[in-house]
Amino acid sequence: MTKINRRDFGLVVAAAVLLPVATARADNDMEVHIDNFVFAPAELKVKVGTTVTWTNRDDIPHTIVSAGKFRSKTLDTDDKFSFTFTSAGDYKYFCSLHPHMTGMIKVE
Amino acid sequence: MSGHDHGDDGLSRRKVLECMTWAGTGVLWTVTGGVPRSLGIIDSAQAATAPGMTFLQISDSHVGFDKPANPNALGTLEEAVNKINAMPEKPSFMIHTGDITHLSKAAEFDNAERIISQTKLDVHYVPGEHDFIDEEVKLYRERYGRGTKGHGWYSFDAGGVHFIGLVNVVDLKGGGLGNLGAEQLAWLEDDLRGKSKSTPVVLFAHIPLWTVYPQWGWGTEDGARALDYVKGFGSVTVLNGHIHQVMQKVEGNVTFHTARSTAFPQPAPGAAPSPGPMKVEDAKLRAMLGVASINFKQGDQRLAIIDTPLQG
Repeated sequence: MTKINRRDFGLVVAAAVLLPVATARADNDMEVHIDNFVFAPAELKVKVGTTVTWTNRDDIPHTIVSAGKFRSKTLDTDDKFSFTFTSAGDYKYFCSLHPHMTGMIKVE
Repeated sequence: MSGHDHGDDGLSRRKVLECMTWAGTGVLWTVTGGVPRSLGIIDSAQAATAPGMTFLQISDSHVGFDKPANPNALGTLEEAVNKINAMPEKPSFMIHTGDITHLSKAAEFDNAERIISQTKLDVHYVPGEHDFIDEEVKLYRERYGRGTKGHGWYSFDAGGVHFIGLVNVVDLKGGGLGNLGAEQLAWLEDDLRGKSKSTPVVLFAHIPLWTVYPQWGWGTEDGARALDYVKGFGSVTVLNGHIHQVMQKVEGNVTFHTARSTAFPQPAPGAAPSPGPMKVEDAKLRAMLGVASINFKQGDQRLAIIDTPLQG
């Protein structure tokens, strides 16, 4: 469903390889990019303790908002926002400036 | 709502893109016989005689934007203001349909004010989402919110027309479109109560009140509710910005019109991977500044982009 670019794919593979030997540390930190008003990947599965970092690569500012869970400042071009997921669950989020932009982090 | 195909109404996509100028100036409106009518973009409008009251709409100045699509948004706003100041007949007032700034910073509001005030026109603002960026939301309210209700909505009368400024950029929900909210809709219903149905009404807001292209968030979730309240009125004009291009639609007695940005163009719906700023060749497009006029396409229920260049 979601398109994963080469860099993201590399990260996923690296995380998968590292997992068996380094589960205690957050070596599986993940990235979400914003390109063309789209969160990519739109849905991400992570383990508890993972830090997800969003990077806005558009020329237009965006935000990352998960109601009652977390809210970034407005991210201008190339700004980043990170959040560490400490409990399991489905975290739906969106851009409060462009609410048609939505994403999901599944934490297990 | 289904997607729109603009390719089969005699305008090729290339033509449509060509018609979108790199930066807009403003749209001049005249009220004749109590009914607002667009005279077009300032340059072409100047040639037209404007009986009765005229007012101007500018939009999406994005002061602070400095990316390749336009490294100097303040400069192009200044160009628009110079064109306004060069008009032979001064309009009665101006409407700004939001995104005055790019990031709601104090300096951006200050710069916008410094340039726009050079028109010496009374300006009626509504905020765009860029003017309402979370932590500094007070800056818009302090500057423009005096005498307004809620998040900044208000109404006033001029030239026999009832003008209503609406705010549809607050409390946006994930996956949703622009939003007016129950409190504002109740106020709107109340504001219109008792008004003679022959009173011409102008509604203006940042995000289109009509559904232009939901895939890009170009529409207002509860916009239809607002339009319900003006249904019985003989003349209703709906002005907005946000989509940085000229679009017009006539539906019964309601005319919808979106204005260009003074900062950068955005693509036609679906014509690009995203609604982000459209990068176009500077020299070529500067030459096109203000050479387009707007025509109405009466009685067509389909979305129509009618933007006829005077040259080329």
